[in-house]
Amino acid sequence: MEVLFRLKKSPLAMVGLLVVILLVVVALFANVLAPYSYSKQHLTHMFEGPSKNFLLGTDEFGRDILSRLIYGARISLMVGFIAVSIALLAGGVLGAISGYYGGWIDNAIMRVMDVLLSIPQTLLAIAIAASLGPGLFNLMIAVGVSSMPQYARIVRSSVLSIRGMEFIEAAHAVGSSDMRIIFKHILPNSMAPIIVQATLGVAFAILNAAGLSFIGLGIQPPYPEWGAMLSGGRQYIRDYPHLTLYPGLAIMITILALNFLGDGLRDALDPKLKR
Amino acid sequence: MLRYVVRRILFLIPVFLGVTFCVFTLLYLTPGDPARMVLGDLATEKAVQEFRDKEGLNDPFLVQFGSYVYKAATKGDIGRSYITKRPVMEEILTAFPYTIKLSALSMLISILIGIPCGILSAIRQYSIFDVITMIFAMIGLSMPVFWLGLLLILLFSVQLHWLPSSGFDTWQAMILPSLALSAQAISIITRMTRSSMLEVIRADYIRTARAKGQKESVVIWVHALYNALIPVVTVCGLQFGVLLAGAILTESIFAIPGIGRLMVESIKMRDYPVVQGGVLFVAITFSLVNLFVDLVYAYLDPRIKAQYK
Repeated sequence: MEVLFRLKKSPLAMVGLLVVILLVVVALFANVLAPYSYSKQHLTHMFEGPSKNFLLGTDEFGRDILSRLIYGARISLMVGFIAVSIALLAGGVLGAISGYYGGWIDNAIMRVMDVLLSIPQTLLAIAIAASLGPGLFNLMIAVGVSSMPQYARIVRSSVLSIRGMEFIEAAHAVGSSDMRIIFKHILPNSMAPIIVQATLGVAFAILNAAGLSFIGLGIQPPYPEWGAMLSGGRQYIRDYPHLTLYPGLAIMITILALNFLGDGLRDALDPKLKR
Repeated sequence: MLRYVVRRILFLIPVFLGVTFCVFTLLYLTPGDPARMVLGDLATEKAVQEFRDKEGLNDPFLVQFGSYVYKAATKGDIGRSYITKRPVMEEILTAFPYTIKLSALSMLISILIGIPCGILSAIRQYSIFDVITMIFAMIGLSMPVFWLGLLLILLFSVQLHWLPSSGFDTWQAMILPSLALSAQAISIITRMTRSSMLEVIRADYIRTARAKGQKESVVIWVHALYNALIPVVTVCGLQFGVLLAGAILTESIFAIPGIGRLMVESIKMRDYPVVQGGVLFVAITFSLVNLFVDLVYAYLDPRIKAQYK
């Protein structure tokens, strides 16, 4: 609660939070909010600009762009959250084990993470997605696994710094099992950097997912993923730029909001700023 | 210092092996029969089996991996394209110069713009310049590179007809792709430089330099900058990796015949050896760049050198 209070001090972070909440609401209630279905084609109204019936215009198949953006919010947020959850779960567990037990286990796990980190993240996601094939689920796995090493590192360093503290020693002395110590004592106390990284991670995951869909991996038509919409509108950019303008704007606003929120959380959770 | 260099170089070998293992495993797990991909659907079952025996596709996984590593290390043979039948190495070496030129140019632009902006923002914290720079940095960070590329094409090619929208052979053609690619890196380097400078300016040794009567310009540009740049160097190295990956999307938009475009086309045609060869190549380049950055870092920061004396 103190965190929320400090977060309120940063206007940008609050704006970010509001936009994110708005996006979540839009994503959850897409069926209600979207004027049309994302795949309904109005073949007599192709390539139209913004009008009373189609607030942001229509695309090459006469589909309402606004509706597709709204459903796209659902897909993007889903991919973002689930990919980060996968990364957090896999990376977090590995990092916690690595940091807690140390020794050769730590060495082995961190060497594997080093190998994964030597491949640029987007590239790793592309390689995994190319291997698994297109599709929503494969996209989530590709983006999730490619971001796993960072969470492993963060959790590991958090665990390392808390491991030596006295209350952990006390827990040992009382006879708590290792699992109990890790999950009940260590991890809850290391949430701060994890939360910040996760918030920024959702932004990065959405960006990556859009990029993958842009090059044809990931979500396939007619599903309205924002990156795929950009890719589809690309060939018409000279005559109908609004097909690429609005999805790109949607991506940018989402990422911006998440970045503001992440930055604000980082400042709010920073113990050095605690007075 | 020499010991550190040798250690770092030797450390690359297991990393390269690990990356090759990841890439090879991904290729192995990809659905579809490589023999069928090469020979086509009309080939007889017997021909397919003969091909599989000849290429060692029926061998156990580790034997295949060992053979792949051996061939890659000794002959530079990382397979053949399913589509063009040319060696993957040849396809990559034809495309690589474009990608490197694009990434290097973008890196240069990012450093030349990012570092000075970051320094000035830090020196004049909370000024108009600082606020505007930070706003631009946030926007640059949040813009998808492929969207920015399309917007730049829309403005400078379609509307204004100032610059070409594709290719990479003339200096005019290089401007838009490099700008699009460097936007994110500029933002990150600016922010990193600014926060690093802010931290350093508050340090006691800066206060000492001022107290000793040193000129402010020397204090900032010699003492503060040198110490502030050390973490920035590391970030630049990491950003190069991001640039290499981002080049994939940029090349797609601007029709630059680099590795990125090669990989995108290969993905569409399911030409997996080329995709995996491309990933391997980029990963190795990234590792080498990071090695260089680590060595520069060790050179700049005497505390690292001291560890190895």
